[in-house]
Amino acid sequence: MAADAGRGRDAGDRALAIDVRDVARTFTDRRGRRVEALAGVSLSTARGELLAVVGPSGCGKTTLLELICELQAPEAGSVACDRAVLMPQHDLLLPWLDALDNASLALRIAHVPRAAARARAVALFAELGLAGFEQARPHELSGGMRQRVAFVRTLLSGKPLLCLDEPFGALDALTRAEMQDWLARALAHEPRTVALVTHDVEEAVLLADRVVVLSPRPGRVVAQLEVGLARPRRRTDAAVVALREQALDALALGRAATT
Amino acid sequence: MRWLRAALAPLLLVLVLLGAWEFYADLHSASSFVLPAPHAVVSALWDNAGFLVANLAKTAEEVALGLLLALALGFALAVLVHLSSPLRRAVYPLAVGSQAIPIAVIAPLLVFWWGFGVLPKLAVIVLICFFPVLVTTVDALGAIDRDQLKLLRTLDASRWQAFRFAELPAALPAALSGARIALAIGVIGAYIAESQTATSGIHAGLGHEINADLTALQTPRAYAAAVVLFALAIACFYALALAERTLAPWAQRSRGETP
Repeated sequence: MAADAGRGRDAGDRALAIDVRDVARTFTDRRGRRVEALAGVSLSTARGELLAVVGPSGCGKTTLLELICELQAPEAGSVACDRAVLMPQHDLLLPWLDALDNASLALRIAHVPRAAARARAVALFAELGLAGFEQARPHELSGGMRQRVAFVRTLLSGKPLLCLDEPFGALDALTRAEMQDWLARALAHEPRTVALVTHDVEEAVLLADRVVVLSPRPGRVVAQLEVGLARPRRRTDAAVVALREQALDALALGRAATT
Repeated sequence: MRWLRAALAPLLLVLVLLGAWEFYADLHSASSFVLPAPHAVVSALWDNAGFLVANLAKTAEEVALGLLLALALGFALAVLVHLSSPLRRAVYPLAVGSQAIPIAVIAPLLVFWWGFGVLPKLAVIVLICFFPVLVTTVDALGAIDRDQLKLLRTLDASRWQAFRFAELPAALPAALSGARIALAIGVIGAYIAESQTATSGIHAGLGHEINADLTALQTPRAYAAAVVLFALAIACFYALALAERTLAPWAQRSRGETP
């Protein structure tokens, strides 16, 4: 897109996939009051890294992702990122398309003919354990399966940076655990830079290379935790549990500082 | 067999009502000029089958063409109103105002102006029917998840592609539902427009026929024509329901049963 030029979207001159500096964003709510969503947030992510952002609800996590995806512009500070694609909490699969057509939507938008677009989706379906569901309509799929198709749709956008906005937030606990394992495997198979927003600290520690903890609104960075554990990780590993406690402490600290 | 059981109760009720009508007409030996008994209507149907079918063809053509035009106009207006807020401000009040036009008053004026051809009848039907299509379609276009549009933007969809992939398929079943709502009044519109037709002898449509027969005290045939008109409305209703089910099968599931 032409708009990319002004925001330093060219990958060549930047070492970082996400470089957010001193970003502030306020918006006006329905009653006309000004609400500060983010206040002076800085964070960065190297290419290929999985960054998790955790924070209480309403701390501006979604705003942060929308800034990274260029759906919003910051009021202060700068955002320089690779080209990013959004995967929202709800799968938003189109009910009139089958799983393959939904997954290959980005290719169709890029004017790839339907047969070729579907063929590329078929290959990913096979790799990511979705074989047999190619022709299924969204209503025939379980919540977890729908999120998998949505993730394939995100992958096939061809963008180097994936922004996942609480991708498993709407799923039940068992399915969520299953999906976290699936996502870890899928990313091992199809490595990308990922910004994962979640309110589930365990999920962040299980999946991420680095966890950024935000305070309640207005969102500020309270802590950054390097995870640095080998994969695959299990939620019962002592190191995972310890990091989870550390992140929870940071969350509590952020809450105490604001109130 | 389930449909048979579902149809049994209303069928019985209709038979009871017909019986009561028959009984009443025979008992009071009301003149068949005033109130023909059902058996007289049935024999009028039988005796005038060719004549009624010729008039039905005329009316059916008007209603079908009028509905198609109303669908096209209502849908096109809905899209324009949805895409441009200046147009919304310009068009919507006029569209709402058009529904305040008393059709029974405007129909003879249109016939006077455009003659006895199909044109004034189409105009009346379209004037009545485009509005429900417009309203239901605008609602459906406005009800699209905002996150869906954000997602499409990060997949690099242009405004047109967002419309084509997400909005158009969502609006289609709504437009057809709108047409179904419009249908009943549309048939009334056809009747009113036809009853203004002064010519006789040629087949000028069922509406014209009912009026002419009442004037000529051919009451059984007028009733027979009314029955045929009624059947036409029901047939159109089911044709639209069928179109909706074929063109937008996904919409059926979210709304539950078909009528």
